Amino acid sequence: MALPDFGAAGQESLRAARVLCLGAGGLGCPVMLYLAAAGVGHIRIVDDDSVDLTNLHRQTLFTDADIGRPKAEVAAEKLRAVYPGITAEPHVTRFTATSAMALSDGCHVLIDGTDNFATRYLSNDTAVLRRIPNVYGAIFRYEGQTSVFAPHLGGPCYRCLFPVPPAPGTVPTCAEGGVLPVLPGLLGMIMAAETLKLIAGIGQPLTGRMLHVDTLTMQFRELKLRPDPQCPACGENRTITAPQEVGSSCNLPAPPAPIPQLTVAEFRALPASATVLDIREDWELLLLPWARATLHIPHIQLAQRLGEIPPATPLVVVCSIGERSLEAVSLLRRSGHKNAVHLKHGLRGLDAD
Amino acid sequence: MSVRVLFFGLLTDIAGSGPHEFPLPEKCSVQDFLEALFQKWPALRDWDASLMVAVNLSYARRQEVIPPGAEVAVMPPVQGG
Repeated sequence: MALPDFGAAGQESLRAARVLCLGAGGLGCPVMLYLAAAGVGHIRIVDDDSVDLTNLHRQTLFTDADIGRPKAEVAAEKLRAVYPGITAEPHVTRFTATSAMALSDGCHVLIDGTDNFATRYLSNDTAVLRRIPNVYGAIFRYEGQTSVFAPHLGGPCYRCLFPVPPAPGTVPTCAEGGVLPVLPGLLGMIMAAETLKLIAGIGQPLTGRMLHVDTLTMQFRELKLRPDPQCPACGENRTITAPQEVGSSCNLPAPPAPIPQLTVAEFRALPASATVLDIREDWELLLLPWARATLHIPHIQLAQRLGEIPPATPLVVVCSIGERSLEAVSLLRRSGHKNAVHLKHGLRGLDAD
Repeated sequence: MSVRVLFFGLLTDIAGSGPHEFPLPEKCSVQDFLEALFQKWPALRDWDASLMVAVNLSYARRQEVIPPGAEVAVMPPVQGG
């Protein structure tokens, strides 16, 4: 790159750099594409998911022909096509407390493009322990936020800002909440720029600052951040000394009993009078209408609309694959619907039967 | 005194994006400010411990005092990627 202050030394540092990219999704795709194009020599990609049709509008390393294949492997192939000199190392696995130190071994920068709080807290703690920068981005609908968390450079870490993970079910994922397709691209470009600066040692990184982007108004707001001296990960008396699983329910009491779930056969045997609550989002109903539901309340509105659910027995909650319905039943049982159950594997399970 | 409150992300479903002119007693802490928000919008309380508050574009901890006329941004944590 013919850039003042960058030069051959900067290019060589890119070639020698090892970047850990957690999540090959909306954020991971653009970040990795531009890092590879810029000549970053080694990218380790961790993602246990496979390409789905609903990813393609925002996860731009993937095409229709890749549907069903592991994202990490497809991403690695695409990066090698962009830059044959790269070592692209796919890991089709989850980033867990057990694997975190091995997967981050030897890496200079960590990219947090994950899609759930448990992995975000774990990636933060891993980066703090390894004293490497955590290039963070998160998106929802039309808004995104990004920062570089690096206590070893004097800035705060993720836990300094969000000490407590939200209660399960309160915060939707991209799949549930929806996201403007270009938003992860916009955020991903910023994250890639920060990564290149950190590797080459130029400019001022986005440490101690959080950039909030609202694409509806196209306003960029910069918030000043400070480290929390009481932070359990990076504070003076830190208590986190090794990666640990952070179930987003860690601040809640353990559930009293497993949530009862119906098999497809049990579901089909239900009386016609049973209340069947479909908690898929409106756009999912458009893609796959389902007449058996007697009530529809989107998952993200459920906590506000509990009053609309009759005190029925039995009450069966259904979503697309049985994950949101599991959370929803937990909420319903806490809210007085003691007989709520959910359909195991959701509509996908019915379809496969 | 009053402050100017902005909501972001999913919180706008509950309280709109604002800005809301919001009356507060003098020397109100961030914690007391949040309590006043929960009185007006009870559904916000579900988010309590995980809300991020920025006063005049600076991250503010719960015990900090909000100056008169401040712009107070209230943001939820975001997990999507």
